[in-house]
Amino acid sequence: MSRSPMGRSRLGSAGIYSAVAVAAVLFLVPFYLIIRNALSTEQDIMGAAWVWFPAHLQWGNFGELFDDTSVPFLHSMLVSLEVGVLHTLGTLLVCSLAGYGLARIPYRHANKVFYAVLATLMVPASVTFVPSFVLVSSLGWVSDLRGLIIPGLFTGFTAFLFRQYFLGFPKELEEAARVDGLGYWGAYWRIVVPNSLNFFAAIGVITFINGWNSFLWPLVIGQDQSSWTVQVALSTFITAQTINIHELFLAAGISILPLVLVFVALQRWLVQGVAQAGIKG
Amino acid sequence: MSRTTRAFWLFTGPFLIGLVVFVYIPIGWSLWLSFFEAKGTVTPTRFVGLSNYADMLSNGDFVHSLLVFTVFAAFIVPVTYAVSLGLALLVHRLRFMKAFFRSVFFLPTAVSYVAASLIWKMSIFQGLRFGLANTVMGWFGIHSVSWLASPHPPWYWLVIVSLRLWLQCGFYMILFLAALQSIPPHLYEAAAIDGAKSGWQTFRYITFPQLRATSVAVVLLLLIAAYQAFDEFYNLLGSGTTWGRTPLLYLYQVALGQNQDYGHGSAGALVLAVLICVVTLLQGRILGFGRGED
Repeated sequence: MSRSPMGRSRLGSAGIYSAVAVAAVLFLVPFYLIIRNALSTEQDIMGAAWVWFPAHLQWGNFGELFDDTSVPFLHSMLVSLEVGVLHTLGTLLVCSLAGYGLARIPYRHANKVFYAVLATLMVPASVTFVPSFVLVSSLGWVSDLRGLIIPGLFTGFTAFLFRQYFLGFPKELEEAARVDGLGYWGAYWRIVVPNSLNFFAAIGVITFINGWNSFLWPLVIGQDQSSWTVQVALSTFITAQTINIHELFLAAGISILPLVLVFVALQRWLVQGVAQAGIKG
Repeated sequence: MSRTTRAFWLFTGPFLIGLVVFVYIPIGWSLWLSFFEAKGTVTPTRFVGLSNYADMLSNGDFVHSLLVFTVFAAFIVPVTYAVSLGLALLVHRLRFMKAFFRSVFFLPTAVSYVAASLIWKMSIFQGLRFGLANTVMGWFGIHSVSWLASPHPPWYWLVIVSLRLWLQCGFYMILFLAALQSIPPHLYEAAAIDGAKSGWQTFRYITFPQLRATSVAVVLLLLIAAYQAFDEFYNLLGSGTTWGRTPLLYLYQVALGQNQDYGHGSAGALVLAVLICVVTLLQGRILGFGRGED
């Protein structure tokens, strides 16, 4: 009458696998479309019949995109890379130091300082884009790398994550360093940082991805074409429609590629980092 | 100053200076601007009291965008929550190829809203016959739909919601997976001894309550994200759209458009900030933020 537990679980897992497989196909469709469109001719994309995959892959599309002087695509990739790297290094430096100070250095008013940091978590950064723009423009940083990078370095949330992490850092290691005569500064650089590289890497990767993909702030600041990040450039191509559809998809594909590679290579760290960051936040 | 105090400021000083300059001063300046007529200038002289606020709160477009995005949040938050949790529960039970499927669902997190908007607008929901959705509908003899070209009927919500789900679910699935892994197995063993059937009963009485802390965090993050929607609306509907206009998009048009109206823009930004704070605190109250996990 009743099925054996074994049989039921096999049936159950067949159901689970089919559900997961269907969902996975749906999740992969957009990636398929990017590759297909990037390597197709205009006619294949817009033809009457759906072409699953172009009979002849159009590798020449790369040359077409890179040689297209009306499209500052490669330059925008360079801007994004520069902004991404500097923004990530700066954030790691400034926020980790603050997190360590708040977690480990006893000071009478440390709590008040911590609350001043926490309070900024209540105000989402993008809501303050109007006043931030006003400030940055009066500093003369519009269409300037400084305007793209510096205002984003002081993220209360990242400092908070570092504080939580350092609270759990084994005290014995630092105490040994103190016995050897190192101050807070020496102990931090010689003992704490080298033993926390995993955490720094996880936060670094997440910071880089968020920076690379961010749009509103670079849109507001990047008013000259020379300071467009790749997201601003892509967005302009979408609305202006002065560019061929296959070039557009190739550009989008190339802009995604570095992050996809990072994802595949650092999957484990990232998953841990996201889980840690998300749950503690 | 003692050595320890000096060390404290050495470590936290650079961050705190930045926080004051780039967070506290802009907020303060914005508060000040919001009481002035400030068009195209950031050092205005004409004090107008609360009239910027009164204008914004009686401005049909702004109030409408706040209302629409409250409805949007009320819809997208539970749907994203359910889909992410569902994916996590499925992936958690996989015995082989678990890492593969986890990667597939997580991968869209690497894609920007701009690139996703491009795929959605120009390929999946392209309004002409060659778009993927229209092609598939064509196979079943259904007429093509121009998904984004007009607000009636509001098909653009389907485009926006599906894009958001694709981009967001993998990230929250990872949070749920981590939480699922940290549920102590003995709870399930004890439940089995007590005669609980695996499936709905264990989910209802063990899994779901154990996910409480994660659920609260996920709902909070989703709510804030919903009110800050900008990227995909801007890129799917255009910068000058008058429908599907998010609060941030509206403020962008007011403050950075032709008029450069920083006074009204600042007042609107502060209204939005207060609204987000209130919604955040309310959801904390309702879901019991800060309550213990067990």
